[in-house]
Amino acid sequence: MKNKDTMKRVLKYIRPYKMQIISMLILAVITVAFTLYTPILIGKGVDTIIGPGEVWTETLCKVLMQLIVVVLLTAVAQWLMNLLTNKVTYKVVQDIRGQAFKHLQEVPVAYIDANQPGDILSRIVTDVSQFSDGLLMGFTQLFTGVITIFGTIGFMMSISVKISLLVIVLTPVSLFVASFIASRTFRMFQEQSEKRAEMTSLVEELVGNQKIVQAFSYEERAKERFGEVNEELRVCGIKALFFSSITNPSTRFVNGLVYTGVGILGAFTVIGGGMSVGQLTSFLNYANQYTKPFNEISGVVTELENALACAKRIFDFMDTPAIEPDVPGAFVLEKADGSLSVEDISFSYRPEVPLLHDISIRVKPGQRIAIVGPTGCGKTTMINLLMRFYDVQKGQIIVSGHPIREMTRDSLRRNFGMVLQETWLKAGTIRENIAYGKPDASLEEIVEAAKQAHAHSFIKRMPKGYDTVIAEDGGNISQGQKQLLCIARVMLMKPTMLILDEATSSIDTRTEVKVQKAFAELMEGRTSFIVAHRLSTIQEADLILVMKDGNIIEQGKHEELLAQGGFYANLYESQFAVS
Amino acid sequence: MKKLLRYLKGYGKETVLAPLFKMLEATFELIVPLVVAGIVDVGIQNRDQAYIWRMCVVMVLLGVIGLVCSLTAQYFSAKAAMGFSTALRRDMFAHISTLSYRELDTLGTPTLVTRITSDINQAQTGVNLVLRLFLRSPFIVVGAVVMAFTINVRVAVIFLIAVPLISLVIYLIMKLTVPIYRKVQTSLDKISLMTRENHVGARVVRAFGRQAEENQEFGEVNDKYTKIQVAAGKISALLNPATYVIMNLGIVAILWYGSQEVYHGVITQGEVVALVNYMSQILLALLALANLIVAVTKAAASAIRLNEVFDTRPSLTDEGAVPQKERQGAPRVEFKDVTFTYAGSQEPALSHITFEAMAGETIGIIGGTGCGKSTLVNLIPRFYDVTGGEVLIDGVAAQSYPFGQIRGKVGMVPQHAVLFKGTIRDNMKWGKEDASEEEIIRALTIAQAIDFVEGKPEKLDTIISQGGSNLSGGQRQRLTIARALVGMPEILIMDDSASALDFATDAALRHAVKEQTDGMTVFIVSQRAASIKQADKILVLDDGELKGVGTHKELLETCEVYREICLSQLSEQEVNR
Repeated sequence: MKNKDTMKRVLKYIRPYKMQIISMLILAVITVAFTLYTPILIGKGVDTIIGPGEVWTETLCKVLMQLIVVVLLTAVAQWLMNLLTNKVTYKVVQDIRGQAFKHLQEVPVAYIDANQPGDILSRIVTDVSQFSDGLLMGFTQLFTGVITIFGTIGFMMSISVKISLLVIVLTPVSLFVASFIASRTFRMFQEQSEKRAEMTSLVEELVGNQKIVQAFSYEERAKERFGEVNEELRVCGIKALFFSSITNPSTRFVNGLVYTGVGILGAFTVIGGGMSVGQLTSFLNYANQYTKPFNEISGVVTELENALACAKRIFDFMDTPAIEPDVPGAFVLEKADGSLSVEDISFSYRPEVPLLHDISIRVKPGQRIAIVGPTGCGKTTMINLLMRFYDVQKGQIIVSGHPIREMTRDSLRRNFGMVLQETWLKAGTIRENIAYGKPDASLEEIVEAAKQAHAHSFIKRMPKGYDTVIAEDGGNISQGQKQLLCIARVMLMKPTMLILDEATSSIDTRTEVKVQKAFAELMEGRTSFIVAHRLSTIQEADLILVMKDGNIIEQGKHEELLAQGGFYANLYESQFAVS
Repeated sequence: MKKLLRYLKGYGKETVLAPLFKMLEATFELIVPLVVAGIVDVGIQNRDQAYIWRMCVVMVLLGVIGLVCSLTAQYFSAKAAMGFSTALRRDMFAHISTLSYRELDTLGTPTLVTRITSDINQAQTGVNLVLRLFLRSPFIVVGAVVMAFTINVRVAVIFLIAVPLISLVIYLIMKLTVPIYRKVQTSLDKISLMTRENHVGARVVRAFGRQAEENQEFGEVNDKYTKIQVAAGKISALLNPATYVIMNLGIVAILWYGSQEVYHGVITQGEVVALVNYMSQILLALLALANLIVAVTKAAASAIRLNEVFDTRPSLTDEGAVPQKERQGAPRVEFKDVTFTYAGSQEPALSHITFEAMAGETIGIIGGTGCGKSTLVNLIPRFYDVTGGEVLIDGVAAQSYPFGQIRGKVGMVPQHAVLFKGTIRDNMKWGKEDASEEEIIRALTIAQAIDFVEGKPEKLDTIISQGGSNLSGGQRQRLTIARALVGMPEILIMDDSASALDFATDAALRHAVKEQTDGMTVFIVSQRAASIKQADKILVLDDGELKGVGTHKELLETCEVYREICLSQLSEQEVNR
């Protein structure tokens, strides 16, 4: 996407606030015009005060009244402009953020799997803020800056063309100095930020893993490595800090030169009768503030570029295609009967790496299917396909006699209860979490589900019972307890079919027993798919699917498979290898 | 903040000169309005062209000297600020490496990382700004007021009213907005939380068909955030207009009262112009001061966080310890009635643990999460000091060893497989600085890592990226095991460090460790019964207590907890096999 296209998209988001933006611009013009008119009034005031006995009090009075009115009007206009800018900025942020979040719900799971949470987070949170701050605030600054420059030139011209020309001729000097320093400092800043990044990653490693550093008595070597980077950072830091801080004094110096030039030329003009002392004062005032917008504008330009880059990142995210909508007139699966068949499906995440090929399974209502195999063999992929997080590339999956492609995703998923190894809970109360799939559930229903999941006893012991808030990191409850809550969440839904992913590492012994009991109760009378790690689960399964490299290489019951003496038998034996 | 200022030592000259030069520059800036007044009153009134030229030369000179002073000040302050942060960072880093596990647990390593990076940067910015501006802005304010008084006392009284008024407005607006901005932050945190939640939990959200509700909830949070921001904006938008009004009313007053003084011949027209100029200078200086105060407040908050770290003293040291000789025939590791309680905890994490581990033995430790397995092995290299009882290594109390010696005896494989940026070889040398190629290869072979290392085009020189993200979990675990083996320690501790390995590799690894490490005592902490079944001795921990010690067979008969664990993982016939 080119900058121009990004700009066009941005305008689309701003369009609803057209009226506010136009008012903003009008207010900006008023503010600038009045601000610039103030020095002229002050100059007129000065002109009424000529010397002893020579003060035109009446005129001064009138001028001062005008000055007060103008100042108050400026202040009001400026305040209103600020208010409008804020409001429009925040509203645009809100709009974009809301849409981005909505899009997050609609992107394929494949996209979510492929991207780090931090990446999306920084787009939706940081980039959106930076974009709108930079763009709108930057835009108003740019706009006021430009009209201030032209306004100043106009007002100056109205007083004296000759002196104005001097100021205009000197302008490029100021710009040149600013851009010269900016280009120099850019390189130094880059060097500094590289060194700083190096320092940060070293600190993250050595301080973040301080325990390992001590375990290997690595402290001295660590200090040495750190000392080197630290010193390098010091050297390039001084340069960056110094050069970045000379912009202000330098432009101030150039400003001073302009001021002096106006002083000389002005004084001679006054002597020659070309203008009054008051006008000279106004002129000096202008000279003083004339270069300021130039400095600001150069800052604003980088800000705008940055804002556009942020906007581009947000749009890139919003442009990732959403999932295909459900087919028109899709079938709503009310209550599945528990039967399921997989017919000759093939699937891969990336075309160049084939994963599942030509798989067929038939499952009768109430059957238990255990999926086993080494890591990366495609076990979780099966879950992704059954829940239609991903679509198969060939073949079809049929639930209750209907191909899942022809039913709504929501109704399909509602018929599955899913308990994954990564126990995801929302930040909120235990009650809200259990009722996640059925927000209108009564407390009795929730307690009942918790009891069935063997979670009731530990919830009761929590300080606030069902209203205990689970912290974001889930620090106040254990891994096993989280698992029990996830089971309760599914219990409440009473789905006909289940998908379970057994935990690989065991939780504490007592909870572990409860989790297994809860699992067993959950599976009672339901068609269940279990990614199994525990032999006891596998042995009780009606059907074991042994997967390897994306294929179901063996299927059958435990004893049958053992008798075959194939891959499964081998896997089983390896657990008892004698050391 | 004061405590940290000692890091400016060695930069005394810069610390004093930077603000001084800044003040010098400010002084020249304060003279300019007087020069202009001279031009008006003398040059123009008397039509003295030579005087005007002279004054202009003076102004250019003032500008040049001002520029030189300012650059000098900036250079000195940059040098002092960077020197400050470098020394501070160095000491902080060194201090952290003296802290023991106990302090690291309390402070948390992620906090330490932010403190040594962003907090120190914040403090550095604070020092730099203070050196440059803290004297300058007040100096200009005071200077301008003083100059006004030298011109005319009556008119100067206006300054005494305007300055406090402007300051008050700035103060009030800042005071009102700070708490609102804090609310803005909390609200933004909530937005981040929901975004992260809905990314990580996308599958669950969709499985329960809750997208619409999540959208609605986000809409509410988002709306609230906007409202708070608009509210904060309303107040802070007042700052510029309000101060602008006060300043200009001041100018109106100056013109009015000034005109009377001029009428009576007390002051001149040029002096009125100078007074007006001083008034504008004051507003700019006060606004700069307000920004400065915000920056300094932030730096002060950082300084407090930094001091917290420096105030944390290491709770265990090896001061005065001398290298120890092992007692002949003593067990390699012996726990005598050991009790241990974590700092800030009521319940002991381990109570009354007693056992012996001889040279060459393999010790399995099993139990659920949080039962004290990791705590127990962390006591062996003296990462913590016991609260009661005694830990003996080769018959000598763990406290008697220098850290270097006791940690050299122990090869630790931590629970989280952490590798460092650098080559595989660099990582292997953590265990032994001067390890030879053969030693490294041998360790990799025992750890079952040699095949995949040899399979990489760069072999030992393969670069591992930060956190080892270019390796799989199982590969990382095997490398951390190899790293501990490079120095061929007397004691090897594997703290649940084979969890990502498949059963076959896990078994092969245990076999190789047993066969190829002569006399090494090996501790295997695991949650898998199958991993420790073959150990010479199994310690069964439950809730910090030792529930049983013995071989698999013995424990099956005598230890209820052990039976329970085994049966939850294996079938009856497998358990008995």
